Amino acid sequence: MGHSLAQKLLQAHTGETVDEPGQIVRCGVDLVLANDITAPLAIDSMERMGAKRVFDPERVVLVCDHFTPNKDIASAEQVKLVRDFAARTGISHYYEGGVCGVEHALLPEQGLVGPWDLVVGADSHTCTYGGLGAFATGLGSTDIAAAMVLGETWFKVPPSILVRLSGEPSRFIGGKDVVLNLIGRIGVDGALYKALEFSGPGLAALDAEARMTAANMAIEAGGKAGLFPADEVTFAYLRNAGRADATPLAADADAEYESSLDIDLGRLEPQVACPHLPDNVRPVREVEDVKLDQVVIGSCTNGRISDLRQAAEILKDHTVAPGLRLIILPATPRIYHMALEEGLLEIFSRAGAVIGPPTCGPCLGGHMGILAGGERCLATTNRNFKGRMGSLESEVYLSGPAVAAASAVAGRISHPGRI
Amino acid sequence: MHYTGKAHRVGDHIDTDAIIPARYLVSTDPNELGQYCMAGMSPDWISRVTSGDILVAGANFGCGSSREHAPLALLGAGIPLVIARSFARIFYRNGFNMGLVLMEVGDRADILRDGDRIQADAEEGIIRNLTTEQEIRVRPLPDFMRRILESGGLVPYVRKRLESAA
Ligand code: SF4
Repeated sequence: MGHSLAQKLLQAHTGETVDEPGQIVRCGVDLVLANDITAPLAIDSMERMGAKRVFDPERVVLVCDHFTPNKDIASAEQVKLVRDFAARTGISHYYEGGVCGVEHALLPEQGLVGPWDLVVGADSHTCTYGGLGAFATGLGSTDIAAAMVLGETWFKVPPSILVRLSGEPSRFIGGKDVVLNLIGRIGVDGALYKALEFSGPGLAALDAEARMTAANMAIEAGGKAGLFPADEVTFAYLRNAGRADATPLAADADAEYESSLDIDLGRLEPQVACPHLPDNVRPVREVEDVKLDQVVIGSCTNGRISDLRQAAEILKDHTVAPGLRLIILPATPRIYHMALEEGLLEIFSRAGAVIGPPTCGPCLGGHMGILAGGERCLATTNRNFKGRMGSLESEVYLSGPAVAAASAVAGRISHPGRI
Repeated sequence: MHYTGKAHRVGDHIDTDAIIPARYLVSTDPNELGQYCMAGMSPDWISRVTSGDILVAGANFGCGSSREHAPLALLGAGIPLVIARSFARIFYRNGFNMGLVLMEVGDRADILRDGDRIQADAEEGIIRNLTTEQEIRVRPLPDFMRRILESGGLVPYVRKRLESAA
């Protein structure tokens, strides 16, 4: 029997023979990630293990992105703990301050993740790197501590769901619309413990950033991983990140899938997830006229340069609706520079947006854009759970950057074609 | 990794709040947590359990929060092994990482009834219902998983590996 992408990637990291879902295999890992919230817990577990060293200081990455710039004493203390640990163990991939960005946007652009890699992170959106053909998934702090020390972990081989993409997407359709449509159809537990594998001729229409956006939200369907093949599109992105990957990754033609479904990109309309679950998805036309208090463009889902370009295209020569706050957070310092050089920041500033630093910030209700009771926000982030961005009485809608920018101008949820 | 004990059956979707209610999370001591094992389902459930007994569950056992207290509570109650139709993802990882043996058997869980005497060999993947003389076979436990379990979980396993390497 042929191998799915998930089976192929796990097979490439284990000495055992991978033959069916449910099997437990021990795998070597290429990279271990933790952030300012989860690293302190992993460091604590490492201490209980009696470990003083990490398996390879070049293969452990610590990103203090959630509350950066540190919002209070507690977050500053956490970052200090992580910083001291990085210094003590010789970890060079340690990010805070002016070199720090949202982890899942930062690692790919630094060339730290790529196809055929196996990456584990103490963060549920570690699955983002599947967009580049890496098997990447989130684990708990004890698991991450063990992986940091041993450079290995264990996995139960997941069954896979095949998502076949076809058609040519229209102008406003991106990776977010693909994945929201998918989650809306299979539900927040539709891929529980499973791998979502994207395939088909429609892949050609999705650039590497769009693929990472789609893989990012695999966890919102309960998935263990969201996987894309690695092709010329992937390699072109990675060359920019300073990597010379060239080994294609594709599933075997006779791989077995637990189920499959089709998405015709040509017929896809911009999608919006309504409160309070990411699977409460509607085409934008059905939710137009929902009045908004805030729009956030940023995060590990849609804070990359292609997202900012799309937003700028719509915001150019327009202004934000009176009474609405538009907050734009380029996801990394490099993206910030590019937006500056390309004149995007000027467009945002003239439109009346608040431009913030690279940070997770409001995405998890941390800081820099918290919602009051009764307020409504449309965000390009990935979770709209009750209270995710502030008050339990607030509401969060999710969309791609085109709908977000158009809605900021209109003051209410709006199809980008209207602006 | 041989176990013999009485089966205690529970249903589908037993969540971590049923296994150990949040109000008891003030401790991480398995013995203390063990006294309240399954208190969220039935407060006196634990009084029927003898050390070494085996829990047999339905689908999605351990769903809910990622608390590592849930497998610890089961271990503290003297239950070394849970056999289930299926396990929730995080519980599955946490269980092994805390040293609790888990065997996933699908529909065949139905041949194990409440009160049956059960014998299990996790290493070989064999479960025998001594009361009805039926047998279930699953994939044997890989060697490295056996070592994690024998060490008492992931933390002592890593500690032991580091000590033997030093
Ligand atoms: S941007 Fe949001 S989802 Fe992404 S890592 Fe930060 S908090 Fe998590």
